[in-house]
Amino acid sequence: MSDYDPVEVTPLHADEVSRMEADAIAAIKAADSLDALKQARLAHAGDRSPIALANREIGALPPAARAEAGKRVGGARRAINEALAARQAELEAERDARVLVEETVDVTLPWDRRPRGARHPLTTLQERIADAFVAMGYEVAEGPELEGEWFNFDALNIAKDHPARSDHDTFFVGSTESGMVLRTQTSPVQIRALLERELPVYVISPGKTFRTDELDATHTPVFHQTEGLAVDEGLTMAHLKGTLDRFAEVMFGKGITTRFRPNYFPFTEPSAEMDLKCFVCRGASAVPGNPPCRTCKSEGWIEWGGCGMVNPRVLVACGVDPARYSGFAFGMGIERTLMFRHNAEDMRDMVEGDVRFTLPFGMEI
Amino acid sequence: MKVPLSWLREYVDLPAVTAHEVADKLTAAGLKLESITSHGHDVKNVVVGEVLEIEELTGFKKPIRHCKVETGEAAPREIICGATNFAAGDRVPVVLPGGVLPGGFEVGARKTYGRMSEGMICSERELGLSDEHGGIMVLPAGTPIGADVVELLGLRDDVIELEITPDIGYALSIRGVAREAATAFGVAFRDPADVEVPKETEPAWPASIADPTACDRFVLREVTGFDPDAKSPLWMRVRLTRAGMRPVSLAVDITNYLMLELGQPLHAFDRAKLTGEIVVRRAVAGERLETLDHVVRELDPDDILITDQSGPISMAGTMGGLATEISDESTAIVIEAAHFSATGISRESRRHGLVSESSKRFERGVDRELPLVASWRAVQLLAELGGATIQPGVTHAEVEVSPARIAIPAGYPGTVAGVPYAKETVVARLEQIGCVVVDGDDPAVRKGGVDPTGVVTGGALAARLAVTGDDMITVTPPSWRPDLTDPNDLAEEVIRLEGYEGLPSLLPKAPAGAGLTEGQRLRRRVGRALAEGGYVEVLSYPFISPDDFDRLLLPAEDARRHAVRLANPLSEDEPLMRTTLLPGLLKTLVRNVGRGFTDVALYESGAVYRPRDNAPGVAPVLGVERRPTPEELASIESALPDQPLRVAVVLVGEFERSGWWGAGRQASWADAVQAARLVAAEARLELSISADQHEPWHPGRCAALYVGDTLVGHAGELHPRVIEAYGLPARTAAMELELSRLEAAMPGPVETPPVSAYPVATQDVALIVPDFTPVADVEAALRDGAGELLESIRLFDVYAGEQVGEGNKSLAYSMRFRAADRTLTVEETTAARDAAVALAADRVGAQLRSS
Repeated sequence: MSDYDPVEVTPLHADEVSRMEADAIAAIKAADSLDALKQARLAHAGDRSPIALANREIGALPPAARAEAGKRVGGARRAINEALAARQAELEAERDARVLVEETVDVTLPWDRRPRGARHPLTTLQERIADAFVAMGYEVAEGPELEGEWFNFDALNIAKDHPARSDHDTFFVGSTESGMVLRTQTSPVQIRALLERELPVYVISPGKTFRTDELDATHTPVFHQTEGLAVDEGLTMAHLKGTLDRFAEVMFGKGITTRFRPNYFPFTEPSAEMDLKCFVCRGASAVPGNPPCRTCKSEGWIEWGGCGMVNPRVLVACGVDPARYSGFAFGMGIERTLMFRHNAEDMRDMVEGDVRFTLPFGMEI
Repeated sequence: MKVPLSWLREYVDLPAVTAHEVADKLTAAGLKLESITSHGHDVKNVVVGEVLEIEELTGFKKPIRHCKVETGEAAPREIICGATNFAAGDRVPVVLPGGVLPGGFEVGARKTYGRMSEGMICSERELGLSDEHGGIMVLPAGTPIGADVVELLGLRDDVIELEITPDIGYALSIRGVAREAATAFGVAFRDPADVEVPKETEPAWPASIADPTACDRFVLREVTGFDPDAKSPLWMRVRLTRAGMRPVSLAVDITNYLMLELGQPLHAFDRAKLTGEIVVRRAVAGERLETLDHVVRELDPDDILITDQSGPISMAGTMGGLATEISDESTAIVIEAAHFSATGISRESRRHGLVSESSKRFERGVDRELPLVASWRAVQLLAELGGATIQPGVTHAEVEVSPARIAIPAGYPGTVAGVPYAKETVVARLEQIGCVVVDGDDPAVRKGGVDPTGVVTGGALAARLAVTGDDMITVTPPSWRPDLTDPNDLAEEVIRLEGYEGLPSLLPKAPAGAGLTEGQRLRRRVGRALAEGGYVEVLSYPFISPDDFDRLLLPAEDARRHAVRLANPLSEDEPLMRTTLLPGLLKTLVRNVGRGFTDVALYESGAVYRPRDNAPGVAPVLGVERRPTPEELASIESALPDQPLRVAVVLVGEFERSGWWGAGRQASWADAVQAARLVAAEARLELSISADQHEPWHPGRCAALYVGDTLVGHAGELHPRVIEAYGLPARTAAMELELSRLEAAMPGPVETPPVSAYPVATQDVALIVPDFTPVADVEAALRDGAGELLESIRLFDVYAGEQVGEGNKSLAYSMRFRAADRTLTVEETTAARDAAVALAADRVGAQLRSS
């Protein structure tokens, strides 16, 4: 035991410590701004504040008295710091509220400084169709728009005297004897694919096609088709049906399937017309008494395209042995698909390039 | 093909089904429903009446009759009538008050011409029977009074219009449709061609076939004593009208009626106008024929003709000649029924722009066995309805034709369908369409055949198309199905009759694909980048005018003037295929501006067509019986023009809009050049830009765009005269570049750049250079001079004015330096900057501007 009397060290006296704490907390509470609080911090919690000075005196006490004095001073300092932090938070919140309110803007103001453009829906629709088939393992095949007659007709089993080969339907290059035409369909790409690629072949070919129709609401001399071709061992009409059913689902949603009706195309045999179950009314509008459907004209089905098993004559013209390989092909008009998928009523809008028609379609369709 | 259901029912025992149910079944079999027209279903209260008394009323502008008509009711009716072709005692159709005529036209009792009229006496047109409206319809004497006219005259009928595909010519007849309907409903079919034809050996009017490729069967029969005043019976006129043909005269109506019923076109000659033997041959150059439509036609040596000693008298299967036409005085008639070459008639009708009901049938294929039958039925009807006497004998010229036969394994249709069919099913279906099926293979069938166009094919193709296997059957298609030549044709018949709806839905196991090619990805990226950058895509027609080249100010020798010309353009003004995308884009821009859009930015991506030097003018049309050789394919490719893919933009007005934030920015040459940079960046390429003078651009505002040493395109502001020629707003800017060239130059994958964590050191320099110095050259010199410590350089100011001297400009650059391995010292960066300035001084005479 030392003979040192802590009571004699005034700043460490319990009453004195309590007073310092009370003074500090009063000053902190009184601080009405962050600057005033800074002053209060300096005065009551700074290096030269009474409580800091008192803290230094602890070392002068006899060891037995230090613990109690330390506890007393430490408690007071903790209370002061807590009060400071609380007041700091209060004052900052007040300041933020005030300043941020002052900075308020009208967020509804327009900001169309550089408006976005858009891609043509016929382009993006062709891409979307191609993507559906790429996901099934197909590759995108291409061919020239100005094409040899042999590719566009003969190799596709379209005989010399077929009406489609007249200059009433087909654009001829140079003269009708040049052997060159603007392709009337994307089917010549089938021929190119079979000649250029190794079997098996699974390709999808979107592209521009041409026929000598005058432009009106439902015809255009320059239009777009997408054609698919699969040639492999053992392919059947059931595979064609399965492929188109899958495609219909991908494009139009679950449960939307296709229906085949017999038809005639020189390059397929058997051939079929492909109808799509109406993706809007799902066939309901065809039942008498139900509300009409604008998309399918209440027929329940929408004519979509043609398809069939590749005519073995086409395979022979490409050097593919029909005894070993079979195939299927299908095609659809993109303008027509756009018309029923998006209620586009007039083909002229697709041709004229009015920005009001294209802008709503954005980047993808 | 318009098919009255009552006519169809005559040959098929259809169950009690609606026209729609019949049409649905036919559609499922491949005869597609176009429309259904109902006749007479709304008609009611029309009965047979006898005219008792006629009182002629006077004092009106036209003759008016007041009639008393007995209709089997309590008392005779009083009816006012404006027609005068009937007499007291005639039986006539009467619509009673409260009755309804076709079209929902209700008839009541009313006062007219001062008398009561209780109903109406009807003409054929008013009953919906024909277009006959010259007078009242007078019914045969003895028609029961009070009988229901709807039942009596068969007013009620439905007409199903079907779309017939070009391969099934047999369905252009009631006979063909009835056969399909019988199969579809599984009911009996009575063949209207199943008629006993007397065996005759004596010829009628002499005839021969001179060209066996033109015609392989030619039949003539004669009648005499025909009453030219005889009228076609009502039932015949009604059926013709409802099937879409106009009744003409009894003899013509009979030929048309039989053509519709059997599918065999017939022609009637006035025997008095024929001279000497009839010969079927091709035309001789210079021959002419005036056809029924009073047009004198120059004949082509490929035309198939019917001739007599006087020369051509008819264009075979297409249209008859005027000189031998039957008239309202003809009493002796020669009926022709023939089988002409399908391709021959198709060419002839197209060459002369003559599409007739006859040519439509011949070019799709007519049953070769019909001429004897159809001509017999024709003379029978002429006798029966026109009082004619059938002259004994028939002229029958023919060329031997062996029918096609096809051998397939019985399981083949199932193999094609992907669902097995029992052999009995296959055989039954083939027999249903008229085939003769025998068990076993016949290798002879693979030695050749006849294709659908009538061309005899070589044995090589038949052998390549042959399908062999177990349980072979040999099939002889019926004479009315010349379209059945290949194994797959038979497969289709079985599958369609079994029903396409029965096909399973299976996904094939496609091999894993490689996805899109680099080029395909690039094209999508370019489109997206331009669209994100503010451009709207257009797809304009690739047809342009030679005037476009003048509007674009292209010099005479410019390669873009060398364009592909179409033989049959839609518009004679635009016969050329585009060699540049700009005309289409500029016209679309003008259209948008005209519709009130002042700020427009458009892009198009597509092919241009550039004829190759020394290309042959003709691409050979190769054979199809085998794969062409590489040389043959190359001969086609070499004739085709080059078709590179291009991308172009045009823009005008504010490219950055003005608004509450301040002023906007007008589109300029710089945006056009930037669009090119945007496109190139998608190909991971940086363009070298240099000033150029290239039409249609402004000579002082035109940039040539290079990738390395390869010119890929141009951009800038358009020449003011081009702007004027197209009616564009001032300062329209444009860019066009060849995407195919970018595609070819695309580098491989991006090399990851080193990312240094050491601090950056920035140095700004201002250089004074002569006005004309391209900024690109200054920057290149600074880059080269600064060396590899330079991380980036950016031009942040261009200034011209007094302080830099007349004829000069000041360029202010911010240069950032950084090393990969250390913090750069001030000395190092200053040295690098000085080296950069020194090289710029050396290359372009740049002087450091003192601040």
